[in-house]
Amino acid sequence: MKEIILIKDGELALKGLNRSTFEDALIKNMRERIAPLGGFSFRKAQSVIVVEPETEEIDLDEAVSRIQKVFGIVGISRCAVCEKDIDKIRETAYTYLRDELLFAKTFKVTAKRADKSFPYKSPEICDEVGGWLLSKIRGLKVDVHEPDVTVTVEVRDDSAYIHGAQLKGAGGMPTGTSGRACLLISGGIDSPVAGYMMAKRGVKLTAVHFASPPYTSELAEMKVHELLGRVSMYSGRVNLFTVPFTEIQEAIRDNCPEEMFTVTMRRVMMKLASRIAVWQGCDALITGESLGQVASQTIHALKCTDECAALPVFRPCIGMDKNEIIEISRKIDTFDISIRPYEDCCTVFTPRHPRTRPTPEYAREIEAMLPEEDAMLQRAYDGAKLLVIEAFAS
Amino acid sequence: MDIYLDNSATTKVCREAVDAMLPVLTDNFGNPSAVHARGVRAKTALETARGRIANVLSCAPEEVYFSHSGTLANNTAIFGAAEMKKRAGNRIVTTALEHPSVANCMARLEERGFEVIRLKPAAGGAFAPEDLLRAVNKNTILISCMLVNNETGAVNPVELLQKAARRAGAPALIHVDAIQAFGKMPVKPGKLGADLLTISGHKIHGPKGVGALYVRKGVQIRPYVVGGGQENGLFSGTEPLPAIVGFGAAAAALPDVNRTLERMHELRRYAAEQLKALPAVAINSPADGLPYIINLSVAGIPSQVLINYLSERGIYVSAGSACKKGHRSEVLSVMGLPPARIDSAIRVSMSRYTTREELDALVGEIRNATKNIRTKL
Repeated sequence: MKEIILIKDGELALKGLNRSTFEDALIKNMRERIAPLGGFSFRKAQSVIVVEPETEEIDLDEAVSRIQKVFGIVGISRCAVCEKDIDKIRETAYTYLRDELLFAKTFKVTAKRADKSFPYKSPEICDEVGGWLLSKIRGLKVDVHEPDVTVTVEVRDDSAYIHGAQLKGAGGMPTGTSGRACLLISGGIDSPVAGYMMAKRGVKLTAVHFASPPYTSELAEMKVHELLGRVSMYSGRVNLFTVPFTEIQEAIRDNCPEEMFTVTMRRVMMKLASRIAVWQGCDALITGESLGQVASQTIHALKCTDECAALPVFRPCIGMDKNEIIEISRKIDTFDISIRPYEDCCTVFTPRHPRTRPTPEYAREIEAMLPEEDAMLQRAYDGAKLLVIEAFAS
Repeated sequence: MDIYLDNSATTKVCREAVDAMLPVLTDNFGNPSAVHARGVRAKTALETARGRIANVLSCAPEEVYFSHSGTLANNTAIFGAAEMKKRAGNRIVTTALEHPSVANCMARLEERGFEVIRLKPAAGGAFAPEDLLRAVNKNTILISCMLVNNETGAVNPVELLQKAARRAGAPALIHVDAIQAFGKMPVKPGKLGADLLTISGHKIHGPKGVGALYVRKGVQIRPYVVGGGQENGLFSGTEPLPAIVGFGAAAAALPDVNRTLERMHELRRYAAEQLKALPAVAINSPADGLPYIINLSVAGIPSQVLINYLSERGIYVSAGSACKKGHRSEVLSVMGLPPARIDSAIRVSMSRYTTREELDALVGEIRNATKNIRTKL
């Protein structure tokens, strides 16, 4: 039996004449995710996208589970495809959904006749298919209000499609349709969640990580790779730039007052990330900052760091409680990785009593204490190493 | 050039073990339980390995039971002894510094209603004899203690365990976890008064995936794992023959233990002298401990930072033990060291292949680290 996947896109329908652009982006994203499983063809048809495996050996379970993580989809249905012939439709409905129906008490059939030349009208299709299933499976009853199983028959231009339950898609907008932004990722709980949330709104991700060996270990970098691997299952491929940050952190330690370590470090990070972001064609930065969570994330501290960013800074977690952020990190499977106990760039040289109400003027004054800051930034920028994180790298 | 100084975590497999294992992986791959010729040949290899281990332990081959790891042997010894003796009494005596494969068994037995007494270490990290005598009463059914501490190298006077049990008239079985000691100092269960004694393959340049439990003739314990009844029912599951054969070969390849020990003492003295010359360094291991392990703290440099620093330069050491990643060492806290010293502790563990040049390099890089790294604010 030939099986295909029917994709219903959601918000896309609102996009008027841009629709085609959005659908193309969605198809591109789906292709990137499921191509490693085998050959698929993609076809736009009457408000759905039809994903058809080229051979029967392809693992459709896995394909569906990957597609469930692609943004821009409202519903996913796995369907059996058959000829537009009422006998074939009845028989296919029975063989395809028998296992599901055997465990159900009640069912109903709904039909959609997009091809108006099909000789049976929608209610007649329901009668034919429903009657057939009732005669085949003993004990099954019809319940049109709250059925255990809904059998859907769609007669389209090319073929008839039969499917059972529709799965929920990931929602959001196709990644890439809202441009590109640069995520600052440390290895904690918040930044992967921030990346996921912006990807959901259609943003394609580039990432920047600051490494300070030997204060931070290789394990901390591997942790970031793994975190982005999880995020990329939703966002698609991520280009990660790892920036050598030891020299700068040591310079801050040696030249700046302790209470301003973190704010100064964040300012420099914003500058470096902005440079990489501009170079990579990003139009915004993304951070996992949440208002008041730590001293460097007070409204005053954010004012000091924000002015160093050359691009708008998206902070999707800004109004969330830690628990809410954790909930999302569990959903996207990053939590267990995030809580591994390795030092990261943000926990090295943590001041005992950080200043919580710095002013931008003071922060600038402190930053000016760094000797040859521009040259240091340039060295860090030049030393950045690229690693491409692929979704479902095989 | 790599300098590997984490030999208490695991060791490089020696040539002799590799050579012995290869034929068991390729030609002589039979199941020792099979009765055909191939099985018999495998069985012969198994018994040869058993003989080699027995030889080092100065015990009878039938007192050696191969297990699939040191942890499984420790679990079997402790749960098996407790189960066997539960009607004779309720008290178990152990120390506060055991390896998790013992300590976690004890915690579980406590949940089941046994009274577990944990001896606190004296200043050097070993338990004090008078504490032992006080703890063992006539209800004591098991006394379990490690011979050498895996983090500090402190040596416990385990030969006192049996004496304490006899004095109290206790029906106790004596278990010694000798995993860190075996091959590095004389370990003779008869002499130590042990009824049960655990050793492991990969700490003596054998492969991973094999351990052994010595069970004194006449002593019975209840198997912890049930199955096909291999190893006289004590360790069910097809014998990991390649690993066992490698373990046997590694044991046979051990050089004269006393002479090696002397050389290691010299190496340790050499390293300690140079380390002590660095003002930031404090040595946490007792001077009379097993010389293979030097636990030290470098003031102001957190363990992980120093490990990263040394690792970048091809020198591999660890923080405390490899078995408890990311936690502050309980062993050092129980010994009463201040938190700052615990958080900056590293464990240097040598093998018989360690050279003076390697220790020179280590000391040199620690000296550089004290100059270059500063996390103190």
